[in-house]
Amino acid sequence: MEILVCVKRVPDSAENEISVSSDGRDIKREDLVYSVNEWDNYAVEEAIQIVEREGGNVTVVSIGDAGAEEIVRREMAMGANQGVLITDPAFEGSDGLGTAKVLKAAANRAKYDLILTGAQADDGAGQVGGMLAALLDWPYASLVNRIERKDDATLRIGREIEGGNQEINDIDTPCVLSIQTGINEPRYVGIRGIRKVASLEVPVLDSAALGVNDAGAAAAKVRRVDYFVPELGAGAEMLEGSTEELADKVVGLLKAKGAIK
Amino acid sequence: MAGVLVFCEVKDGKIKKASREALSIGRKLAESAGGDLVAIANDKSVAEEAGRYGAKKLFAAGVTQYSTEAWTSAIKQACDEVKPVVLLFGGTSNGRDLAPRVAARLDAGVASDVDQLSWNDGKLRARRPVYSGKAFATVDVTGTPAIATTRPNAFPAEEAGGAAAEVADVNASMDSKAKLLETKAPEAGELTIAEADIIVSGGRGLKEAQNFSLIKDLAHAIGGAVGASRATVDAGWIDHQHQVGQTGRVVSPNLYIAAGISGAIQHLAGMSSSKHIIAINKDPEAPIFRVADLGVVGDLFTVLPALTEEVKKAKAHH
Repeated sequence: MEILVCVKRVPDSAENEISVSSDGRDIKREDLVYSVNEWDNYAVEEAIQIVEREGGNVTVVSIGDAGAEEIVRREMAMGANQGVLITDPAFEGSDGLGTAKVLKAAANRAKYDLILTGAQADDGAGQVGGMLAALLDWPYASLVNRIERKDDATLRIGREIEGGNQEINDIDTPCVLSIQTGINEPRYVGIRGIRKVASLEVPVLDSAALGVNDAGAAAAKVRRVDYFVPELGAGAEMLEGSTEELADKVVGLLKAKGAIK
Repeated sequence: MAGVLVFCEVKDGKIKKASREALSIGRKLAESAGGDLVAIANDKSVAEEAGRYGAKKLFAAGVTQYSTEAWTSAIKQACDEVKPVVLLFGGTSNGRDLAPRVAARLDAGVASDVDQLSWNDGKLRARRPVYSGKAFATVDVTGTPAIATTRPNAFPAEEAGGAAAEVADVNASMDSKAKLLETKAPEAGELTIAEADIIVSGGRGLKEAQNFSLIKDLAHAIGGAVGASRATVDAGWIDHQHQVGQTGRVVSPNLYIAAGISGAIQHLAGMSSSKHIIAINKDPEAPIFRVADLGVVGDLFTVLPALTEEVKKAKAHH
């Protein structure tokens, strides 16, 4: 299988407090710790495992600046065979559809059997995978938590849906799948692994190389007006008393709120 | 070119709650933007219910089993016909699956997982959580239609008392390269955190995996879903799908009960928009009490069973 995995460099939300710049137009980025989007890391691990089973190659692609190259290299250290960096100021401010158009152009540079994305990234939109599939006119499944081979042209996949249910689907290749966390256990990447791939070439593509001129801020249909950070509440009303009294008071509140009818 | 189209999922002959919520906010948007509220569902049996939520027209797509491709073709046909200015999807896993594909077909923009929507100066204005809920972004969606997926529980489902929606057919292309084989159910009685009205969540204070039964017992007694902190998921005490916060979903149930969760920042970000929060923790300084409405400083190993018993009793009385 020739597999392309789309990865994004994001502020690590476990590591960072998010605050908004004074004009409200962006978050303060100076002191943020960045890492690979967690969902994407599961996608890369899944791709590597498929190739370990079946043979083939894993290519990692990221859109971003020089910082994104570090992420691409990290995923190569993990086991991806090659990486591609897409960098062009013209692509800044792209919405989901713009990003999908850029990735489509990247996908069309080779013949892939499978494209994986994370189910969502830092902005929580979870839309690039589905849009990319539509633009390629490939089938798509989201929130994938299991991938197996059924036959030469078909994968059998599980999707995590509501109610803790899992949907089992057969999907023809080539296809696009968005990967949910928990599908596997991503392997550890050490400093030694990073050093090993340090000298490998990561080709850089721009809008001219990709022939994309309809992405970026001007083409975006979804535009950010501002950011804000919600205030934490004033603090809880603290209950005291014996266990029975506490349970009684909580149940009283549950009734008042309609939780117990 | 006018009106609002809403994708409606139907379960057991009824429109799913997330879709009814989308219909309700859709009706308000149609009032500001002009035009009718129109629904699209798998069959015409929900015409009456859709009408009660204000839909004037219902497209019956005849897509009995969920298929991204079939639904995309059906919704595109409906859009070609009514040319809505806004297209809404309830933020279920299928709604979130479908919206991007439809958007790409229609060359439209999508605001995902929104918890506020308004029609502003010819644009759809939406508020949505970013960075695992640590911040919110206001976005404008331009172009036609402007698409959004609504966050479950963020918009109240309100009937408007209209007559049954007029039914029209669309012929979805059933030619699909993906086929649903089966849906595997989880343990009986398990609800998902994404859409749940009530969530009972456990954290490291449970000390070990088997003690999650205390959380499950209360959740089942009260009719809620089981949530979990990242630490417990990482420790393998419970499945990923229960995780609230960073890699899990941002949830906003009407009631959130947190037991043994100190409240790491990503957990708070994932649940602080819940309408009402009760925290049980033995540490009075735990950050969870900063976002809670009601705090119980105590030992969850005694408080939870007592609470479960009281809930059972209270329910038995009714």
